[in-house]
Amino acid sequence: MSDKMRKRLLDVIPPTVTIILFFLIWEVGCLVFGVDEFVLPRPSVAVETYFRWQSAIWPNALQTLYTTLVGFGLAIVMGVALGALIGYSELLYKALYPLLIGFNSIPKAALVPVFVIWFGVGTMPAILIAFLIAFFPIAVNVGTGIATVEPEMQDVLRSLGGSRFDMFRKIGFPRAMPYFFASLKVAVTLSFVGSVIAELGASNRGIGNMMVIASSRFEVPLVFAGLLVVAAMGVALYAAFALLERRMVRWAYRGQN
Amino acid sequence: MTMHMNTESPICVELRGVSLNYVSNGRNVHALQDVTLAIRQGEFVAIVGPSGCGKTTILKLVAGLLPPTQGQVLIDGAPVKGPQKNVGMAFQNPILLPWRTALENVLLPLEIVQPHRQEFARNRRKYEEQALHLLHTVGLEGFADKAPYELSGGMQQRVSLCRALIHQPEILLLDEPFAALDAFTREELWGVLQTLWQDRGCTVILVTHDLREAVFLASKVYVMSKRPGRLVQEASVDLPRPRTLENTFEPAFVNLVHHLYTCIGEVRA
Repeated sequence: MSDKMRKRLLDVIPPTVTIILFFLIWEVGCLVFGVDEFVLPRPSVAVETYFRWQSAIWPNALQTLYTTLVGFGLAIVMGVALGALIGYSELLYKALYPLLIGFNSIPKAALVPVFVIWFGVGTMPAILIAFLIAFFPIAVNVGTGIATVEPEMQDVLRSLGGSRFDMFRKIGFPRAMPYFFASLKVAVTLSFVGSVIAELGASNRGIGNMMVIASSRFEVPLVFAGLLVVAAMGVALYAAFALLERRMVRWAYRGQN
Repeated sequence: MTMHMNTESPICVELRGVSLNYVSNGRNVHALQDVTLAIRQGEFVAIVGPSGCGKTTILKLVAGLLPPTQGQVLIDGAPVKGPQKNVGMAFQNPILLPWRTALENVLLPLEIVQPHRQEFARNRRKYEEQALHLLHTVGLEGFADKAPYELSGGMQQRVSLCRALIHQPEILLLDEPFAALDAFTREELWGVLQTLWQDRGCTVILVTHDLREAVFLASKVYVMSKRPGRLVQEASVDLPRPRTLENTFEPAFVNLVHHLYTCIGEVRA
């Protein structure tokens, strides 16, 4: 076996074992202690329910994915723009930061009723919550990446007579890219959570809404099937952006491949 | 003797009674005191002195990164009022941009300095050829597309030298460029630098604490006192060029190094 393959296996085996063990303990625990399906269904039951309800689950899951990605897309555009501004200008940083902190401190779930009043029940509140929750980490990360350029690196450009904008374009912005991509994989999971939260409270579609309906009918296995789908989608989104990060800013991961 | 040693050349860099104070962590630091020196065009000058004596400060003054508290810094007779476009600088660390390849790092000054900046997109091919040629001269043929982290410390420093020279500056400022390298690599790069300088004929100010390096490369060596930095000695190096590492074991070379060593010992005491 080559070293590369061995390393690959070492990357894959431990998390797989952990996940299998987790479900095994859950399954066996429920059986041994005779836990009622109404309280906590076994994972095998949840999976079985998933396959039975697949055709109902998927349109809702796709709706959630849609609101997540639209909100997340907005968060990227606004987050990068604002991050660039506060990274570029210390004055803007000082002026805007307290307000940003203030907005970020509001639990996003508390905004759902407000958005329902403004936009009605449906897609819009989910998109907005997904946007608001992901916007802050992106802006802060991009801003930090730009603002923390090493003085030595600044000297390289300054000694050539480069302007502040040159500094931003040639050094600050490219240097902020690893920060940006690192924030994306965190932010996309946040967006997803935000979207589901909005659907739980105020929607007629989406996986969150499906879970609310299922629980109101006491179909607990379906609720858990929904939770499994939510978890799987969250992991998939994280993985997708982690992969993108590795692709885009390989230089920041030197020697860790 | 080469044309670079011609004492008839006009004065390129001049410091007149330059002093510098700055405040650091609430303390007033007196970095330089009454430094006066004149460097002729094409001359290779080295400045040596104990650490923290303000050697680097002189380079920053010439580069226009710092204004003097007192006195005047002149380039080609005109006072320095800010960063200069005809100056190239290399530092103790290579400070390459890690997201750019070696070639792209060398090209950076051309994207900043006029008139190249305007023509960069149009003449990219031509500039790339110049950069490749320069990389070739420093022995980095075939490494143009490597990322900095794929290069050794010595190779990175070579790239850094190329970056300092690509826009054909009149003045090259070197701030202990080889201090972080192992002895073999360092001495190899002395030769590389000597060749580059002889090819280009630019004025070089080299700041170093390595006396052998100073004597190997420079036509004139200035010794600075400890802080506040003053120029206390000036020694001409009249050894023939090109100098080789073999020369460094000859009595003339050794004696000069010993003489400087004694000077430094006195100023440190």
